[in-house]
Amino acid sequence: MIETANTSAPYTHSAASVQKTMTTVILALVPATAFNLYLFGWPAVFLFGVTVLACVGMEALALTIGGRRLLPTLGDGSAVLTGWLLAMTLPPWAPWWTGVLGAVFAILLGKHVFGGLGQNLFNPAMVARVGLLVSFPVALTSWVGPHPLFWTGTPGFQDALNITFGGQIPDGFSAATALGFVKTELSRGIPVSQSMGHLPDLMDMGLGLRAGSLGETSLVLILAGGLFLMWKKVITWHIPTAMLGTLFVVATLGHLGNPERFADGTFHLMSGAAFLGAFFIATDYVTSPVSKSGQIVFGCGVGLLTWVIRSFAGYPEGVAFAILLMNSLTPIIDQYTRPRRFGRTRRGEPLAPQGEK
Amino acid sequence: MKLFKIRGGVHPEDRKHLAANQAIEDLPLAPLLHVPLQQHIGNPATPAVRRGQRVAKGELIGAAQGPMSAPVHAPTSGRIMGIGSFPAHHASGLSVRTITLQPDGEDRWLEGLEGVPDPFALTPEDVAARVAAAGIVGMGGATFPSAVKLNLRTKYSLHTLVINGAECEPYLTCDDRLMREHAAGVLDGARIMAHALGVSRIIIGIENNKPQAQDAMTGVAAPYPEIRVAHLPMRFPMGSEKHLVQTLTGLETPARGLTADIGIVVHNPATAFAVHQALRQGRPLVARLVTVSGAAINRPRNLRVPLGTPVQHLIDHCGGFREDPAKLVSGGPMMGQPLPSTRVPIVKGSNGVLALTATEINAGPSSPCIRCGSCVDACPCGLLPLNMAAHARAGDLEGTVRLGLMDCIGCGSCSFVCPSHIPLVQFFNYAKGEMAARGRAKQKQTETRRLVEGRAERMEAIQRAKREAMAARKRDTAKPAAAAEA
Repeated sequence: MIETANTSAPYTHSAASVQKTMTTVILALVPATAFNLYLFGWPAVFLFGVTVLACVGMEALALTIGGRRLLPTLGDGSAVLTGWLLAMTLPPWAPWWTGVLGAVFAILLGKHVFGGLGQNLFNPAMVARVGLLVSFPVALTSWVGPHPLFWTGTPGFQDALNITFGGQIPDGFSAATALGFVKTELSRGIPVSQSMGHLPDLMDMGLGLRAGSLGETSLVLILAGGLFLMWKKVITWHIPTAMLGTLFVVATLGHLGNPERFADGTFHLMSGAAFLGAFFIATDYVTSPVSKSGQIVFGCGVGLLTWVIRSFAGYPEGVAFAILLMNSLTPIIDQYTRPRRFGRTRRGEPLAPQGEK
Repeated sequence: MKLFKIRGGVHPEDRKHLAANQAIEDLPLAPLLHVPLQQHIGNPATPAVRRGQRVAKGELIGAAQGPMSAPVHAPTSGRIMGIGSFPAHHASGLSVRTITLQPDGEDRWLEGLEGVPDPFALTPEDVAARVAAAGIVGMGGATFPSAVKLNLRTKYSLHTLVINGAECEPYLTCDDRLMREHAAGVLDGARIMAHALGVSRIIIGIENNKPQAQDAMTGVAAPYPEIRVAHLPMRFPMGSEKHLVQTLTGLETPARGLTADIGIVVHNPATAFAVHQALRQGRPLVARLVTVSGAAINRPRNLRVPLGTPVQHLIDHCGGFREDPAKLVSGGPMMGQPLPSTRVPIVKGSNGVLALTATEINAGPSSPCIRCGSCVDACPCGLLPLNMAAHARAGDLEGTVRLGLMDCIGCGSCSFVCPSHIPLVQFFNYAKGEMAARGRAKQKQTETRRLVEGRAERMEAIQRAKREAMAARKRDTAKPAAAAEA
């Protein structure tokens, strides 16, 4: 009846599990994803499906090569989540192979080369997104405006197959993202203050009725997902608040200093992948610091670098680069933001006794 | 009462409802009692009886060996069947020196056991001596000889006695029942201990899941303005003495130190009650309260158990198993020890016997660490369990120590919350055991070297002496020869 005692206490466990965590994150992504799939139509649905399936396939391949058991790891949902997040950062009408190649970047190079779940230094979805962007700049920057499912003028099922698997976006559909538009205008000598007038208004930006990546446009639904994750205690406020706060503050300061050159804080917050990155990507457990103070440093770093890259670098969007750069600093941040040990000073010396006679 | 915040901690489901409403019940005598000579931290007691000898309840059967030890007394009247080896109440299942007693069923107390009319008239030394003679040890599970703790006043300037009624381990309700049913005795014991420590301030900390115990203690403490009952928030490990002290006073005990370093001594309510009985009735510690619980037990109970009673006897009294338990645990589920068998006896530190089902344990196969940081948030000691475990896994024990292994109290909060089911505490226990083994090996090595060097030196001295003697003899024999030639 009673086996040999071989494990230490505790003999009770919280309900937490990796699978539950991943499932909760996916659940939080559903509203924003569903809305954007509707908004960008069948091509987006196809690309999303291809990307998620490719990631799961690559995970299975890597596990097979590594001689590990498939089910426990595939079942934890981490590959689905990586695929899901990667798909959300791709242009909605990008060709199918971007999803497949992205899965190679994300799962094989970004994750399994480091040793699999929990071992990777960089966020796999961001590795894939940046790898694709650098390798295939045209495919990765061909945006379209909203073309909701079943509306007139929206590609039908057959046209959509041609777009995703044929590789051509028909003429007349392409559109620019807000960040891209401002950057292009600026390079033509048109000041920010002027180009801002041609952008969708705050309401449309907030709801997501704009051009952008497959899953990043609806700030309201992403925020709802993020708050859901906080309520479920999957993430805490530290990284999102630090990142968005820093981005807002530095952008506002820059705008105050030179309104012709720098867009304002609200614009930076509401455009691009700031929200998606803050709530769902920068908060990735594996690649962000473990202590709360470290997470604040990390979030501030992502916010600052995002603004710097958006404002000074060649690319209009900087969230992915900023997250990857801060990922590389995570071990160092962890090193310097260790909690104070009980009964010791910050430097690790025992506190002075007070009661000795 | 103002409380202070402590770091970390977890909220396991307390599952106290299983046994909390069961009044304390006297467990009938088992056919044989196995009383180990070591039921405490320190030196084992030495047998004070012979095989075949008849003893009365409360008679000394094992005498303390030195100041860091505790005597053991006959839990009931009967005949000594033998003094030998018997499986210990310990995860290892190894045997320890044990006195086996066959009860005669009369349960007759030793004559002449009498209490002190006014313990407060005794000197602190006398109180401590009586506590030591009664064999009282820390009954929360630590089993540190209580008299040694009472004598801390000679080395530290103390100001407060804390009674640790947190009972933060799930399932356990024996302290709860004791405080509810014997509030006056617990309070009296606490006051006697405060007298022995030379302090007047007493704080009784009780978690909020024991409102009746809080009310009972508040009621009996009402006449004493210097005694306060603190209502503690429910959080594990609230009963860790250093964390309890910080919650109650805001004072933080220095690392590697004692709470006495900040002027506070902590005792368990059951210890206080034992002190009350020792001083008021002159009775030594021969029984204790044990919670028998868990979903695999038919009728969870709080039992008054004579020390040395086999665990199986308690289980039988509670209606046996409802289903085969996945784990049998001594103590609480967070920090308890697995029991190797039901033959082992109840000892002074056993506060619970839990028969847990697989559903209750909720163990799972461990998967890779996803660095979620739950363990960092949960650690009440400010450690990084994930990093410590990674170093231990890689065999880098020095790295584990550098990260604070020796500051780990082994509370299990990290393992409890880990979504990957990584047995973090298991890693730390391994590393602590390995470090201790290395320390012993090193000491052995140094000692061996000292002995070898000493021997070499002695041999050298002998050789030298021989050589010198030889030379002297040569000189002596050469001289006469030369003289003869001349």
